[in-house]
Amino acid sequence: MQDFSIVEISKALAKKEFSSVELTQHYLDRINTHDSQLNSFITVTDELALEQAKAADERIRKGESGVLLGVPYAHKDIFCTSGVKTSCGSRMLDNFTAPYNANVTDLLNQAGAVMLGKTNMDEFAMGSSNETSFYGSVKNPWDTAYVPGGSSGGSASAVAARLAPIATGTDTGGSIRQPAALCGITGIKPSYGRVSRYGMIAFASSLDQGGSFARSSEDAAQLLQAIAGFDLRDSTSIDRPVPNFSADLDKPLKGLKIGLPKEYFAEGLDAEVEKVVQTAIKEYENLGAKVIEISLPNSKLSVPVYYVVAPAECSSNLSRYDGVRYGHRCKDPVNLDDLYFRSRGEGFGKEVKRRIMIGTYALSAGYYDAYYLKAQQIRRLISDDFTQAFKEVDVIMSPTSPSAAFKIGEKSDDPVTMYLSDIYTIAVNLAGLPGMSIPAGFVNSLPVGLQIIGSYWGEAQLLNVAHQFQQATDWHKQKPKGY
Amino acid sequence: MEWETVIGLEIHAQLATKSKIFSAASTAYGAMPNTQACAVDLGFPGVLPVLNSEAVTMATKFGLAIGAEVSKRSVFARKNYFYPDLPKGYQISQFELPIVGIGELEIELENGETKTIGITRAHLEEDAGKSMHEGLGNESGIDLNRAGTPLLEIVSEPDMRSAKEAVAYMKKIHSLVRYLEICDGNMQEGSFRCDANVSVRPKGQKEYGTRAELKNINSFRFVERAINLEVERQIELIEDGGHVAQETRLYDADKNETRSMRSKEEANDYRYFPDPDLLPVELDQAFFDSVKATLPELPDVKKHRFMKSFKLSAYDASVLTSSRELAEYFEAVLVAADNEAKLACNWVNGELAAMLNKENKDISESPVKPEMLGKMIVRIKDGTISGKGAKDCFEGMWLGEGDADEVIKKRDLKQVQDSAAIEKFVDDVIAANPKQVEQFKAGQDKLLGFFVGQVMKESKGKANPAQVNQLVKDKLK
Amino acid sequence: MSSLDNETVEKIAKLARLAINKEDASVYAEQLNGILQLVEQMDAVDTKGVLPMAHPQDLKQRLREDKVAESDQRQSFQKIAPKVEAGLYLVPKVIE
Repeated sequence: MQDFSIVEISKALAKKEFSSVELTQHYLDRINTHDSQLNSFITVTDELALEQAKAADERIRKGESGVLLGVPYAHKDIFCTSGVKTSCGSRMLDNFTAPYNANVTDLLNQAGAVMLGKTNMDEFAMGSSNETSFYGSVKNPWDTAYVPGGSSGGSASAVAARLAPIATGTDTGGSIRQPAALCGITGIKPSYGRVSRYGMIAFASSLDQGGSFARSSEDAAQLLQAIAGFDLRDSTSIDRPVPNFSADLDKPLKGLKIGLPKEYFAEGLDAEVEKVVQTAIKEYENLGAKVIEISLPNSKLSVPVYYVVAPAECSSNLSRYDGVRYGHRCKDPVNLDDLYFRSRGEGFGKEVKRRIMIGTYALSAGYYDAYYLKAQQIRRLISDDFTQAFKEVDVIMSPTSPSAAFKIGEKSDDPVTMYLSDIYTIAVNLAGLPGMSIPAGFVNSLPVGLQIIGSYWGEAQLLNVAHQFQQATDWHKQKPKGY
Repeated sequence: MEWETVIGLEIHAQLATKSKIFSAASTAYGAMPNTQACAVDLGFPGVLPVLNSEAVTMATKFGLAIGAEVSKRSVFARKNYFYPDLPKGYQISQFELPIVGIGELEIELENGETKTIGITRAHLEEDAGKSMHEGLGNESGIDLNRAGTPLLEIVSEPDMRSAKEAVAYMKKIHSLVRYLEICDGNMQEGSFRCDANVSVRPKGQKEYGTRAELKNINSFRFVERAINLEVERQIELIEDGGHVAQETRLYDADKNETRSMRSKEEANDYRYFPDPDLLPVELDQAFFDSVKATLPELPDVKKHRFMKSFKLSAYDASVLTSSRELAEYFEAVLVAADNEAKLACNWVNGELAAMLNKENKDISESPVKPEMLGKMIVRIKDGTISGKGAKDCFEGMWLGEGDADEVIKKRDLKQVQDSAAIEKFVDDVIAANPKQVEQFKAGQDKLLGFFVGQVMKESKGKANPAQVNQLVKDKLK
Repeated sequence: MSSLDNETVEKIAKLARLAINKEDASVYAEQLNGILQLVEQMDAVDTKGVLPMAHPQDLKQRLREDKVAESDQRQSFQKIAPKVEAGLYLVPKVIE
């Protein structure tokens, strides 16, 4: 049952081969069996899930149909869920239950999807390994000594281990694509503005974007379809019709122009990973695509720019956590400063504090121009590189991550090395483009991802390009042992 | 040494929108604590701001009214600081690109001259909540109902040279925002308040002295007092060999002193940066034109029209146009008073203003409606009542005894205009005062007043004085 | 550009209202310096005349109609508040 695709589940539910309650119970059992090793969920919502499943069965019985109706999903614990704790992986929000739903949550409720629980993540989505979570590391199902990637590591791990058929994620610098790559699944981050950020706890507002995880491009398209769309409550949401993301899946790739940025195949890239990626690109050539070398000259600056812009925004976004209205409050504050310093000092973990401090410094008097303004200028240069490139090519391909999964603890004391693991994904967020990662092979039995970058609003094309690859190969059908 | 005072004002006008600047919660004043603070106002995780169109329109009205350039592109920025009444840990404001640019405003000085005050900018921002300190022991209580109320912060140039000028400027802005109906101007409720930047320098010196910022003053009287106190303090300090510190000070109306606010001073690094949750506000000429079409006649235009059309003095016209309600009252009086502008002006600025002031009433609360005053003026003009009778009549109307004609009747104020009756009074007075008649005839012209006075007394003030005058002259010459 | 010492780290932590202990300050200083070194690669780029980019899309702010659409939800909001009394959020006394 756990190997069924969304489309297969949907058909089976319609034909009453099994009910949503049965399916949901099956996944809850799997979570119960396996998640003690993986730690991919912060909260499992058994009762609510079965209630939602029952309601979905009722809707199906009344003749209603919908691709996600009665389909279980795992929800990243960054999306607010009324009545269910939303922790954002932080001690700060360990006691926080939002009195409202994120727009994404509302949309999934309307679609009749069944929430299995809230998935583990790096604290406030700051991390590339899921080691910064207040709730402990998530393990990679391919080898539990390894990280699943981050920050949406819980979602990726859960989907890879078949604890959920699909999951939501958010991506600020690679937080969907990198864990998808490291866990051997498919993940898509749409164009900035495609998915409403309302009720999605902010890390860096101008970079954050919600998206989907699944085992295949086809399924990822279904989940993205449900959560995409204009929302009046988010000023940065785009008022633009959402196309049918599945309509073009079967389009042949003959004549597709693929750009390979030479800067993404340079020093720092693991040789074995490069081999896997080159093989995947050969496969695309077999499918009729044309490969063109391109240059994104400013892309090497993505990491520096990102580590100014994201911390600056986060330092301000996280100021609201002060122990006054909700969230962690220190015990017996003696005065106002004590309340602030201790509540925030205790509530935030080290990585979050590091980033708040970097951001505070970058915005402070005397440094604004040298750091923040400069970063915003280079951000435009990086974005312009892509605009230029997309005049020549339809999509851009690269490795998602410079290496396969690393060991838990291997990089956790060295922030800079950790940051460099997002070197290929960050530019996409700075420019606001859609990006995807699909399984492309293995290195030492650990999955390797291929990143596909599209031009603005090009999600349908990305999903098509990914789907065609998945029709010709079966990397995405590999699954970790024991699941 | 002779000192010169330099003052610049930052006025915060709450915009009269129904909902908040970035949320759909109500801005109504006086609700139970925190019942009008929604998730956005409370700074809950994940919620986002969306800009209120009316706040933009109102700011645009103000910009157009002071002849400033309204920006085609303005940007919201975050001002970062921690304070319990600031739920997000930052205030959404405008920094580098405000919605209203450089403009100016003319104020009237007490000596009748006018002075132009420069306005540096006006920008949109959100208000903070309120902290309550009473009755909670060692704690303060935070009410966030006001958080997110739209404010227009109007920043002046340091162009004012006395507390009186500062008050005149503040009153002028107050009148303007009410003319434009973009702020209710209610100072008790804090809808209109100001911070004053005050410094002193030796007369003739070009450089400004170090300034202190006086925070949150919410009455015209307090502005004047606070500035004067601060000026005295600074001069005394410098003359004693000290230095003025650049700091924020609070005016304490009860103790009538200003004192340093150390808590707001430390680590004053606001780390402004463009708010990534909001996009640039872009406005076009068509929008400006549509807003312009809705502007009312502005105070200065009205003042000049009053001077020209009604032949009123600059002083009278500026008093009458000091508020939109007063000007409208005056024009309504005129309609009922056959355009007797000078008389109407004297009554509105004289007796009516005095009564309103005495009873601490607003023009809109006047028991004497403009039509009533207008009709009374007609009765003065047509001779039905004398000036003295008019005062009685006005009093009657104020006390609710009816309109002019009713009061004239009730109080028996009608002038005697019957020549025969007046002649009888005159004859009686002449007969009773032979000695004075002799003196008058001998050339003591000033006795005319005596005779008129006696006649008026006899008639209990109801004889028409002009008629009496003529008759006395006729009879004795 | 500049290298952060412990004192600066403490100053930043103060500005950000974060309690950090003395021993941690030097670890933070070292790590933050590492990040700043990475960031300083930006210095090599000539950005004269380049318009800063604050948002991925060059769009303008959408305006909302001035309408009240929120009702009183104090009870549900304050259910999760650390300390309230008479509808007010309580904090240690604010001294002005």
